[in-house]
Amino acid sequence: MEQLIQQIASGLASGAIYALVALALVMIFTATDHLNFAQGEMAMFSTYICWQLIQWGFPFWPALGFTILFSFLLGVAIERIILRPLHNASVLSIVVVFIGLLAIFHSLAGSIWSHTIKNFPSPFPNVTFAGSGYIGSHQIGMILVSLLMLFALYAFFRFTPLGLAMRAAAQNPVSARLVGVKVDWMLALGWGLAAAVGAVAGAMVAPVVYLEPNMMASILLYGFAGALVGGISNPAGAVFGGFLVGVLENLVAYFGNLTEKTFGIYIVGNGEKLTVALIIVITILTLKPAGLFGRTTVRRV
Amino acid sequence: MTAITTAAPAAAETSRNLTRSMLIGLLLLAAALPFIVGKSGFISNFTFLQLSLMIVYAIAVLGLNLLTGFNGQISLGHGAFFAVGAYTAAILIEHYGVNYWLTLPAAALICFVVGYLFGLPALRLEGHYLALATFGLAIAVPQMLKYKHLEPLTNGVMGINLLKPDAPFGLPLSGDQWMYLVVLIVAVAMFWMARNLLNSRPGRAMVAIRDHTLAASTMGIDTSRYKATVFGISALYVGVAGALHAIIFEFVSPDSFRFELSIAILVGAVVGGVASLPGAVIGGIFVQFIEKYADAMTKKLTQAIHLPLELQPWTLYGITLIVLIYVMPGGIAGGLAALWARLRRSQGG
Repeated sequence: MEQLIQQIASGLASGAIYALVALALVMIFTATDHLNFAQGEMAMFSTYICWQLIQWGFPFWPALGFTILFSFLLGVAIERIILRPLHNASVLSIVVVFIGLLAIFHSLAGSIWSHTIKNFPSPFPNVTFAGSGYIGSHQIGMILVSLLMLFALYAFFRFTPLGLAMRAAAQNPVSARLVGVKVDWMLALGWGLAAAVGAVAGAMVAPVVYLEPNMMASILLYGFAGALVGGISNPAGAVFGGFLVGVLENLVAYFGNLTEKTFGIYIVGNGEKLTVALIIVITILTLKPAGLFGRTTVRRV
Repeated sequence: MTAITTAAPAAAETSRNLTRSMLIGLLLLAAALPFIVGKSGFISNFTFLQLSLMIVYAIAVLGLNLLTGFNGQISLGHGAFFAVGAYTAAILIEHYGVNYWLTLPAAALICFVVGYLFGLPALRLEGHYLALATFGLAIAVPQMLKYKHLEPLTNGVMGINLLKPDAPFGLPLSGDQWMYLVVLIVAVAMFWMARNLLNSRPGRAMVAIRDHTLAASTMGIDTSRYKATVFGISALYVGVAGALHAIIFEFVSPDSFRFELSIAILVGAVVGGVASLPGAVIGGIFVQFIEKYADAMTKKLTQAIHLPLELQPWTLYGITLIVLIYVMPGGIAGGLAALWARLRRSQGG
């Protein structure tokens, strides 16, 4: 039982990261109808920036702050420079460009910082507290930071004029443009925000999975799964989906272990985590493409 | 005016005949190459292996072209089917002692079934969603190959070592030369079949689905069945390529089929031109060329522009992809066709 609670707790912690990644994906999707396959590698690249700053002697939080700013500008620049001219391009072209970006960020990180695995410091003090047998302090910190980000973003979109303008640009670009919203810049801003959220996710998860160019590949897949479970057009749903997928992932491993112990039959374990994510993605896409909370879109012909 | 209209078809006919005889001549020459070279070592066995790999990648790229270029479905996970084909061949040879050429139809069949089954749920998916599902497949496949219960068959992370078959009938050819010949013959057969498929009624239906799915279905085309079948056929092509790769490379392991492979196939398709059969050949050459020379090229480039850090091949891949989408969305084959058309027009006018 104790183990089960532990598993759920660490599932919530990794779920927090998936939720952030899912949120970043949803932000770009609602604004542009694109699934950003480079999201994970962008986050990984930002995490390296943060690591480098820490190596140069910056304390963690200022380094993270600078990284967020850098990622934001990077995201805006990518949208303005690379994606803007492809406004009316086919889906294939867009996907190919994303794959190109993925390859560039992946290899650049490898060239600059080499492929060796690096330790990434955790900003949270290692303290003992009530219930610390179930969950580590870094995991608590991960959850708290993620929730903080989520609330900050919620407040931004809900209560600020800029957030309102961004939502308007995503929902109805034509009318938004008519009332004076600079739709193009709103899209770029959305990219910037998504990149910034990704950077936070990377910096939070790096102490757990260690820093290396491949670190975000599986996390991105889980982020996609989370976003799909909750509904790719619904930010709150995507966040919920991220947490759900995180818990589900750990429960699958837990019950896999349990069956192996009790019945001596190996079915699933840690080695099949990605396969589980794939199955979640395909099941959701097949049975309920709009996700649990998503809107079904009807296309007029 | 009349003179032009009567002359044009005849000219087109001659030029088509010319192209065809040139193509046949070229293929015959390619097939004669190992016999001409023989054991003289004028062209090394290693070069023959490289050529075979090019042709193998061309078959794989052709598979993706059929799906993406001619049917409008995006796959980021064709490395997965390549892996299934390769493992089918390796397991059949290693554990069941099956003759290597019999593994090709087996790999084709299995990959068709796997592709069809994967295509069934994928039917409901379009564009980005299909890309996402196949993206997941590509990432998950190396893990699946390491699955514990498959280990007796797949040999886990160690992979399977194979032996290259010798030339039969006492032909004066080395193993590499013989396999080059086999690969070439298989490739010609598969390109020929693809061309015939595309020129047939189902082929036109495929293209119609790509151009406008809804219109195609109102014309009475069973779009979902077509899409799943095309997915299966596409997987079949890639699977045969995978089986050939396993035989000529004499080794399969889960890490040979990582996400990079799927990207390489996609890059080949985009560079060659997704909706073009010659484009698949160009794509195959490009994939193998990059695999072999990208390291050296990036090193040279790094030195040439005095970069303080060592670039990696993937950076070139990525930049190539993005630049191509801007300047030549039809790939090299599309670009050449456009250039040719412009030349013809300027000559005529």
